[in-house]
Amino acid sequence: MCSLALFPPPLLDGEITLYESNNELVSGTSASSCPKQEWDPPSLIFPRETLKSHSRPESSSKSAFLDHKDTLWMRSAGAWRDAGLSGLLEEIANRPDEVPKWLSVGSGCMLALLRWISSFHGSLFPHLTLSSEAMVAEFSQVLKWSDGAVRGFAWHPHTDKFAVALLDDTIRIYNSKSATSPTLKHRLQRSVSSLQWKPLCASELAVACHNCLLVWHIDPTSLSTRPSSGCAQVLSHPGHSPVTSIAWSPSGSLLVSASPVDTAMLVWDVAIESCVPLQRVGGGGVTFLSWAPDGGRVLAATPSALFRVWETRMWTCERWPCLKGRLQTGCWSPDGTRLLFSVQNEMVIYALTFSDSPGGPKAASVVADLSETTFSGPNGDVTVGGEVQSLAWDPKGERLAVLMKGVSEAPERPAVIAVFRTRTSPAFELLPCGFIKGEPGVEPRLMQFHPQFQHGALLTLCWSNGKITHLPFYFVSAGATTATCLPHHTAKGTEFSSQLLYTDHSS
Amino acid sequence: MFSVKQSSWFMHKVSSLYIPACPRDSRARMEELLAVASFAWSVLLLPVTTSLFVFLSQASLLHPIQWITDSLCLLTASSTMFSLLLLSAVVLVIGIFIQEYCTVIPSIPCSRVALLAKVLHPRQCVHSLSHCSLGMLVTWCAAVTIGGRYRTLSHPCSESENVGQMCLNEYHLFLLLAGAFMGYSHSLLGVVQNMNYVAFHAVQQHKYMHFKGSLPRVVKCSAVQSLYSLRNYIVLYYFFGYGPRLWISQILNLQLDGSSHFLDTVAGLLDFSLLYHLWISGTFLMLTWFITVFLFRIYVSEAYSFPVQSTFTEDAEMCLPKVLSCKEPMVMKFLALQDLALLSQHSPVRRQEVFSLSQPGGHAHNWNAISRECLSLLTDLTQRLVAHHDAVASNGRPKSQGTSSAVEDLPKAYPSVSKTPGSVFLRSSTVGLNSPMTAPFTPDLDSPFSSPVIRRLTAQEDPASPWFGSVQSPHVMRRGPKLWSLPEASGQALFADSQAHIWALEGLSHLVAASYTEDRFGVVQTTLPNILSSMLMLLEAVDRHFKLPHASSKPSRATCSMGDSTHKTLRFALRAALKTALYRITTTFGEHLHAVQMSAEHRKRMQQFLEYKE
Repeated sequence: MCSLALFPPPLLDGEITLYESNNELVSGTSASSCPKQEWDPPSLIFPRETLKSHSRPESSSKSAFLDHKDTLWMRSAGAWRDAGLSGLLEEIANRPDEVPKWLSVGSGCMLALLRWISSFHGSLFPHLTLSSEAMVAEFSQVLKWSDGAVRGFAWHPHTDKFAVALLDDTIRIYNSKSATSPTLKHRLQRSVSSLQWKPLCASELAVACHNCLLVWHIDPTSLSTRPSSGCAQVLSHPGHSPVTSIAWSPSGSLLVSASPVDTAMLVWDVAIESCVPLQRVGGGGVTFLSWAPDGGRVLAATPSALFRVWETRMWTCERWPCLKGRLQTGCWSPDGTRLLFSVQNEMVIYALTFSDSPGGPKAASVVADLSETTFSGPNGDVTVGGEVQSLAWDPKGERLAVLMKGVSEAPERPAVIAVFRTRTSPAFELLPCGFIKGEPGVEPRLMQFHPQFQHGALLTLCWSNGKITHLPFYFVSAGATTATCLPHHTAKGTEFSSQLLYTDHSS
Repeated sequence: MFSVKQSSWFMHKVSSLYIPACPRDSRARMEELLAVASFAWSVLLLPVTTSLFVFLSQASLLHPIQWITDSLCLLTASSTMFSLLLLSAVVLVIGIFIQEYCTVIPSIPCSRVALLAKVLHPRQCVHSLSHCSLGMLVTWCAAVTIGGRYRTLSHPCSESENVGQMCLNEYHLFLLLAGAFMGYSHSLLGVVQNMNYVAFHAVQQHKYMHFKGSLPRVVKCSAVQSLYSLRNYIVLYYFFGYGPRLWISQILNLQLDGSSHFLDTVAGLLDFSLLYHLWISGTFLMLTWFITVFLFRIYVSEAYSFPVQSTFTEDAEMCLPKVLSCKEPMVMKFLALQDLALLSQHSPVRRQEVFSLSQPGGHAHNWNAISRECLSLLTDLTQRLVAHHDAVASNGRPKSQGTSSAVEDLPKAYPSVSKTPGSVFLRSSTVGLNSPMTAPFTPDLDSPFSSPVIRRLTAQEDPASPWFGSVQSPHVMRRGPKLWSLPEASGQALFADSQAHIWALEGLSHLVAASYTEDRFGVVQTTLPNILSSMLMLLEAVDRHFKLPHASSKPSRATCSMGDSTHKTLRFALRAALKTALYRITTTFGEHLHAVQMSAEHRKRMQQFLEYKE
């Protein structure tokens, strides 16, 4: 088992991590000393101040616009439409002068009863008492989702193209082959929690929004910078909001979506806009989804100390109760046989290994210990470690990035990314690689690996100051059979292993 | 006209059951067993729904204890047992009707006249009338179960001048007529909403899970549906209720009781308990029937695994390549295509059998049969789309046969292509009895009202028809579309059987992608140029089709209906599946595709895919 004590000490303030080469993270004082590649993904900056967020709580502005001269019936109908039964009861209970006394008293009693029942329900599942914005922030993979400038990031699975969701509810798309970067805006595109490109397709982008799913069709050859909202399909289902996680099947045919208030996860056939709800008792909702790269399994986390692993052939599931808390994040190995995950309130990474033989794994094993470790340096001691916010495994299965939450009250303990090297043979193992250090006073919020990087792995990082940077890891994959030319240094890069990483995927 | 062999697949199966030597025996028996199993479950669920109905029908909120004891007494009463027996019979008859009329290709009328013709067709009339009487039977059971004032058709008169005579019990009559009306509207809605269409779903689930997951929707649908038919029925009875009441009373020599309100008055209808009982009975009726339909759909559309090859000759008929190429029953072909799509995606072992060579001889019979069948399906659709486009482009004017250059460009690699075994037009005659029920296009091909597009299409397929070639007068052709034709529907009808094409695309593309690593003998390589050019040709045709007006508009979705409306959006699913299939192949093979022979135009299009610009 690997622990943080085995890591090289974190960099000093003023130095930033530039790239990895020869199994070491190279640092420098400015980002300009990075080696150049054929296409350098643009390093972008979205300052927090330039983005105006829609800081409108759903109910606060309502009274300012509602015409109070409406009849009671009109208002009741509006309340029923906006807020359902409880809204209707509230509307009636608040107008004792306009309705008969028995009606207002009756609805007041009904309302109290409803609230009592929902508080009882809420005490079973505390997350149901959160507002929908707070719920997205709680279950998002992005650290401090509500105040960051960048709320989502998605690389296209096949080509050099990515989409960035911003605080002002717009999405921008950057493409290596075109100078235009379209901006996507839609009336329903609010509090974007997750976005993902459809595999085996050039143009479709699914976006998880406040109360629906949007699937944008963006013509890659179009020169338009503002695709109309007619380019977006709206997928919604009653009781399925907010949507906090989505996942495309790797074959591109299905899309699953999850909401923490809906115990069913929905499997969408996007083209015909129909969905199949897959409901199971327990858990109180679904918060996070991750589809294994081989398409065989889907991880579904719930807000309780329970997660499920669905197999996608007949859509049956295995229940995995956790001991300490809910599953916060998880990621799959490229061949879909191994799942790494971490749970709330625990500073470890667990691994589960699946095989096609019946039975499956019986217990998860701990593969890394991330408990707080103190490194002594010239400027005093530095403490690193904590709970995991998100995990990312590069598509070749050789580098694992772990974003650990800092302590928000202590500025000297910011969030940190630790990178592990992973090895599958002779036994699955995590080896230390190093900590990633950004500019002083800036912490990482979100990370994703490039799906198609030629020379190793490319980690894209979104920082708290709105900056998006790309960090290359140059290595020769254990599965590679020909020496790939590294950009400018080939010192010791060609160490071949006779082990093929992907040999055992056929069964 | 059409011969005997063109009856529905059920009829065929029934007949084949008695011919032991018939090669389709095992297939037919399998389908039969599935249907019987689903009806058995429907009957087994009847006691549950009946006791629920009994419980709700006795509802009295003010006397809960009496409510429960009454319900329990009623549940054990002999009349309930008798009702249950009758209801089981009703469910079985309904089941036979479902099986008889079911289809995997929805029938989409292209004009209002066609819809009317469909509703008035003798076959449909039989359906409607039997559902009328079955509905009456169910509500009779309901009336007997509810008891009280609903129990009998006559009761002793209460008025002083008629003492000793029998009077008509209008409540009973009201309930019976409601059942008849609901039965009829169920049958009518079945036509309009394509209730007989069995849709296959992208997500496979175990039968129990599927049933459990959709049960709330079924219950909600039956409650809502019953509410709507109730509204219509009450309006109808309010205006015309006098007639049947008088008629029945005269036939049975019963007096009309003047002491209470008649039910075709506002005062008579404002009876909450009556409306409640009516609604409950209607919901009960709809629920039992819907559950039967629903279970049948689950059983029939469940994925079935066919062996790819068999060592025993007696099983050879059930092998995947054989079943794929069979034309009837259609449902078997669909199941086989579904199985192909699943095996290509999930089962490396069965993929290996597809890629294997025959012993002795070393021929790739399995792959050849499978790819030939899939390609002929795709080519068939391409031809259909091109013909439709040409017909629309020439504004209904007939051009000379084989107008489109694209049709002639179609690969002639397979001699069977022009015969189009999967053709929907020929199938329309094989699936169902020359009837409008199962034909994907307007049945009235001989009528001057049908869209000329459609007629041209069928003309191309069937040179023997009198409409073949240029016999049609341009006058008739131009008049056609103006007579209430539904342009959207003709677009939908083109893609009515596209689920088959979607599976073919999925199956082919997954197999081709897997062949990159798994195909040891290179059997797939020989067909790759054909597969690519068929797909690209289809893509061209689909792109052109989507440029037509109405093609890319989405239909509004029905909020609550048991009819499956997926057929209305199948063209979108087909387009998505086609692009995904092409991307699957280009992503897997990458630059190697440059070595594949294809026309310059296709190469250009392929390059677009390689650069992710589609």
